[in-house]
Amino acid sequence: MSVTLAYSILFYVATVTLVAGLAYRIYTYAKTPAPLKIATTPAPTTRAGVAYRLAREVVLFESLFKATKWTWLFGWAFHFGMLLVLLRHLRYFTDTPWFWVNLIQPFGIYAGFVMLLGLFGLWARRFLVDRVRYISSPSDHLMLLLLIGIAASGLLMKFVSHTDIVGVKNFAIGLMEFNFQPMPESPILMVHLGLVAVLMIIFPFSKLLHAAGVFFSPTRNQVDNPREVRHVADWAKDAE
Amino acid sequence: MAAAKFDTPELKDIPVIPAIQEGVMAHSSPFIAKPEHQEPLGFPGELVDNWQQVALDKMEDLTHKYRSFKVYLDSCVKCGACTDKCHYFLGTADPKNMPVARQDLLRKVYRRYFTLAGKFFPKLVGAVDLTKEVLDDWYSYFHQCSQCRRCSVFCPYGIDTAEISMAAREILDTVGVGQKYCNEIIAKLYKIGNNLGLPEPALVDTLEGLEEDVEEETGVAVKYPVDIEGADVLVVTPSADFFAEPHIDGLIGYGKVFHQAGINWTLSSYASEAANFGMFIGSYDNMKQVALRIRKAALDLGVKRIVVGECGHAWRVAYSFWNTLAGPFDFLDPNYPVPQHIIEVTHDLIKRGALNLDPSANDEHRVTFHDSCNVARATRMGNMPGGQFILPREVIKASVNHFYDMAPETIHENTFCCGGGGGLLTDDLMELRVKGAMPRMQALDELVREHDVNYLAAICAICKSQFTKTLPYYNFPMDMIGSVHGLVSNAIQLGTKE
Ligand code: SF4
Ligand code: SF4
Repeated sequence: MSVTLAYSILFYVATVTLVAGLAYRIYTYAKTPAPLKIATTPAPTTRAGVAYRLAREVVLFESLFKATKWTWLFGWAFHFGMLLVLLRHLRYFTDTPWFWVNLIQPFGIYAGFVMLLGLFGLWARRFLVDRVRYISSPSDHLMLLLLIGIAASGLLMKFVSHTDIVGVKNFAIGLMEFNFQPMPESPILMVHLGLVAVLMIIFPFSKLLHAAGVFFSPTRNQVDNPREVRHVADWAKDAE
Repeated sequence: MAAAKFDTPELKDIPVIPAIQEGVMAHSSPFIAKPEHQEPLGFPGELVDNWQQVALDKMEDLTHKYRSFKVYLDSCVKCGACTDKCHYFLGTADPKNMPVARQDLLRKVYRRYFTLAGKFFPKLVGAVDLTKEVLDDWYSYFHQCSQCRRCSVFCPYGIDTAEISMAAREILDTVGVGQKYCNEIIAKLYKIGNNLGLPEPALVDTLEGLEEDVEEETGVAVKYPVDIEGADVLVVTPSADFFAEPHIDGLIGYGKVFHQAGINWTLSSYASEAANFGMFIGSYDNMKQVALRIRKAALDLGVKRIVVGECGHAWRVAYSFWNTLAGPFDFLDPNYPVPQHIIEVTHDLIKRGALNLDPSANDEHRVTFHDSCNVARATRMGNMPGGQFILPREVIKASVNHFYDMAPETIHENTFCCGGGGGLLTDDLMELRVKGAMPRMQALDELVREHDVNYLAAICAICKSQFTKTLPYYNFPMDMIGSVHGLVSNAIQLGTKE
């Protein structure tokens, strides 16, 4: 029971931190003005064009692809492996999973390996490329280690020492509906969930903010129309 | 401080990413501005006593004023994609010239004072206190960034180190540590109207001399008018165009184009400068003041259009910022873009058949084009994205018979900086300028070997000045660099259209 209580509290704290922290960040980004047009050209001249440009960045990592193929490969494999894995996890939060969750289920399982491969590739760069070694701080290594821990413990539960999935699902749904159910006391599960909670908590305080930042990057999200539309920030107006 | 001896980088057959060499450029920093260069710009004359607090206050202020600054400080994931994209890193191998490492000089202080992680776990996230050493590092390495934005093209979040450099320089100016070259020039502009300190009578004299020269050479009385009230077009161009080689060939070209097209134009002695160094020091206020001079000149002369001459960063400020800083320009003729680039004007006239160009007049020239960074990565020409790459090439191709482009990974939005932009075009930074020019020289070298290219055309006064100095270091003749309108000027058949 005490494990259940501890993890319940942990997950409430983690969820509140993640949601509130991220909301606060997004709020500050949104309210900070971009006083000058600084789109990196060639930039779209319409709003729709900007949406398309951002979509290419978010889905395909277009700029990273132009920059370095290895980082792109590992980075993309990690992110999209993770996306599939996360979507697959929706099964644990819904009584009857949506049909598309079932559909991706088989891919979702192997995506865990892709994710891990990507993470090891990214980590290897931090040791092997002198330039990347130079710019890495301990937190950059720890972040990768944390994600590797999450992916590896998850895969262990799937392929090595099975966890009581029904129990996990009851615990998760119980948390969401405030109808507490015991959490299965498997050490690997405890490690897995513990690391996930840590990740959620540090998200709004770390470089993981890039997930929000990319949408607010003026070089990417501005329409290239400064000659056509006058663009003045409030603080600059006050000074006029 | 006598210029230290340094080796010019060797041009290799294929570009190589150097292994990092820590600290090799730590000695490189520009002369510090004196009080008389600082105060007219609204900055303290020298380092203030409580500089730490002043710097941190300014940093906080900037995080509230500039979304770019805030988002870019938070979002970098240290992926390393930008590490081999800066011409200064490629030319010097100093790791602090990797864009991300340059940003980190500032980011680690930001993290220390403004983020929870940095307040509680500084070692873990690489956060440090703001010490004099850090300030000195800022002064050195934020003056080893030409704000060319090449890194921003490749960063997955569009992080633009130029924005961070500008912010850092504004912080430095705010605590009283300004860069002499930029600030002296801005002070001069406030006093006299242009960067070179060329007073009105000298300007008038120069232009009269120019008219005589052109008439002598062509037999046609092409006008180079100043302060003509009621002219249709006000031309603002970098003051280097008034006398330096090869810039002046560009100015001669503009005059011939207007002459043949029958366009009534003028220069202004009050706003005899297109350059706006306010951008290089990241100062919104100074940039605005400089821009307002041009608005005033346009109003006083009652012109209908403003055309900007061949200058890269001036075009960025004009294209991207004038409307914001000095607009609205609703007193100008809405049938033309406000402002318009001289390339757009000439391109349009060529398209409409209003100019007679004979490209064989340039047959001795085998030409390539250097996309200047500010034009390429921060502005547009014409009405489609990427017009800034297309229009100048079309103007060149209409004026010459032999044109070759450099390697695709070194042109258009991938272009390499000349090495002298961003307020670094000063003799105190010669080593940096020569080394930073290396990637561009490499691409040029390939064309020289394969196609005997002997003319590097540019539409930026800084590029032209920089290459004049640096080409010889790489054993290219210094007169290889030329104006795009210099080519137009040779090709145009005066007297065939009146
Ligand atoms: S490419 Fe962008 S995110 Fe990656 S290290 Fe450079 S600045 Fe940071
Ligand atoms: S803006 Fe240009 S000079 Fe500055 S760091 Fe980026 S690539 Fe280098």
